[in-house]
Amino acid sequence: MNPIAAVGRLSLDVFGEVGRMTNFAMEGAFAAVTPPFFWRPFLHALARIGFASLPVVGLTALFTGGALALNIYEGSIFPDANAFIPQILGVSIVRELGPVLAALMVAGRCSSAMAAEIGAMRVTEQIDAMSTLSVNPFRYLVGPRVLATTIAMPLLVLTADIIGVYGGYLVSVHLLDMSASIYINTLADFISSEDVTSGLIKATVFGFLIAVTGCYYGYRSSGGATGVGNATRTAVVAAAVSIFAANYLLTSLFVDF
Amino acid sequence: MSEAPIKIDIQGLQKSFGANHVLRGVDLTVPAGKSLVVIGGSGSGKSVLLKSVLGLVKPDRGSIKVDGRNVARQSAGDKKHIAAQTGMLFQGAALFDSLSVWENVAFRLLYGQRNKRAASKDKAIECLAQVGLAPEVGELRPSELSGGMQKRVSLARAIASDPQILFFDEPTTGLDPIMSDVINNLIVERVKAIGATAISITHDMASARKIADEVAMLYQGVIIWRGSPDELDNSGNPMVDQFVSGRADGPIQMQVRKFTRR
Ligand SMILES: Nc1ncnc2c1ncn2[C@@H]1O[C@H](COP(=O)(O)OP(=O)(O)OP(=O)(O)O)[C@@H](O)[C@H]1O
Ligand SMILES: [Mg+2]
Repeated sequence: MNPIAAVGRLSLDVFGEVGRMTNFAMEGAFAAVTPPFFWRPFLHALARIGFASLPVVGLTALFTGGALALNIYEGSIFPDANAFIPQILGVSIVRELGPVLAALMVAGRCSSAMAAEIGAMRVTEQIDAMSTLSVNPFRYLVGPRVLATTIAMPLLVLTADIIGVYGGYLVSVHLLDMSASIYINTLADFISSEDVTSGLIKATVFGFLIAVTGCYYGYRSSGGATGVGNATRTAVVAAAVSIFAANYLLTSLFVDF
Repeated sequence: MSEAPIKIDIQGLQKSFGANHVLRGVDLTVPAGKSLVVIGGSGSGKSVLLKSVLGLVKPDRGSIKVDGRNVARQSAGDKKHIAAQTGMLFQGAALFDSLSVWENVAFRLLYGQRNKRAASKDKAIECLAQVGLAPEVGELRPSELSGGMQKRVSLARAIASDPQILFFDEPTTGLDPIMSDVINNLIVERVKAIGATAISITHDMASARKIADEVAMLYQGVIIWRGSPDELDNSGNPMVDQFVSGRADGPIQMQVRKFTRR
């Protein structure tokens, strides 16, 4: 094939995929917020995505907070580096690392699970069966997952923020001999409610992206177990990439305004 | 059997998957309250035919009318109209493995019609009993059942809301002879008592004879014969004859190629 045609084909494929996914995302958002609601699958999804992700998100935040404190201390050129720790650490965790790391962990856990679960239902005709039972499978499967993930992510990130900052506290106070009251006071002085809000807005968007990519690849999968395997892998990669891209876009928005 | 109004009317139905022309112009009508059995070789397109009527497969050409509505165009409203009055038993059971058995059976009652859980459960247990499954089975997951039990659960799910149209894709495959007969009786009872219209696919001739008001044979993408079950044995059609008696030699040559080393 001639190279120009190949590039053309590739970009058509990419744009086509992005278009289909955007369409799917809009339908998913619509299904999440309009009746009929399916409460049982929603609560299941909330428990599995939100609650069950707590340990892994918490541990990630704890170690990241601790490592960050060490790095800031070691890397600082100022003699009283301690004073900078809560300030830099707090802002980085709340604005950037909390949302992004939590989202990546949840994407790894949940985008893959959603793609695998919905994909298996597709290839074993369960989705077809559902539509013959007068239940719209898109609304039953996608709507609750999108809603649950979008609600769960900001709550998870809020928890991650607190634990991450606590990780920094542990290292600063117990390892670097900083006084607890200085840590807490500096933190309170330097973290604004805008910092926290911007992180939580990011988290909400990431949650939506995680669910949409997971459901999208699962819903479209075909070709038996191999197809489901492909869907799962693609879903995680697509979720991670879209999280990074969205993070950049949102950060540039928040910096501007 | 021509007095009853036509419930399902398929004309010139065509469907290909790539170069594989599965259906090449199927004409088939089913009067209301009658039971049609479709027979035909493995891979001849019987399941595709049923899925086309349900709107799960988009036909390339032809019309499919249910109650006079052309569902081949696949508008959402038409699909809903069909789904609301149809129960389908899938060849592979297609049970929801994240739900318990009774929730599977009651799925339409719970999530389609929004009935109370207790009432839906009672109905589900009743349907399970009709296919010979004890109430305790209702609490299990589909993955904990044998293949034949899954099939019966799927059948119970198909009939749970007393639908007017029933599609059974190999309802007795994988069941023992006695249970097959129980299921045959159940299908007959549904058609007779509720006046449902049924299309069943089966390779089991005993079952076909029992449940059919009429039998149609699908071969090479078209209906080559239809007649009453009594006529199966003297159909005058060599292909039907070979199929019914299950002989390897005859006009139907199954695609089995000898492996030859070059
Ligand atoms: N989704 C699909 N994509 C591609 N080809 C398909 C698809 N579904 C069915 N086919 C093809 O259509 C043909 C008919 O399939 P179908 O499942 O209708 O057979 P069948 O008559 O039900 O056979 P059996 O008795 O073995 O169940 C087969 O050749 C199959 O390969
Ligand atoms: Mg089949």
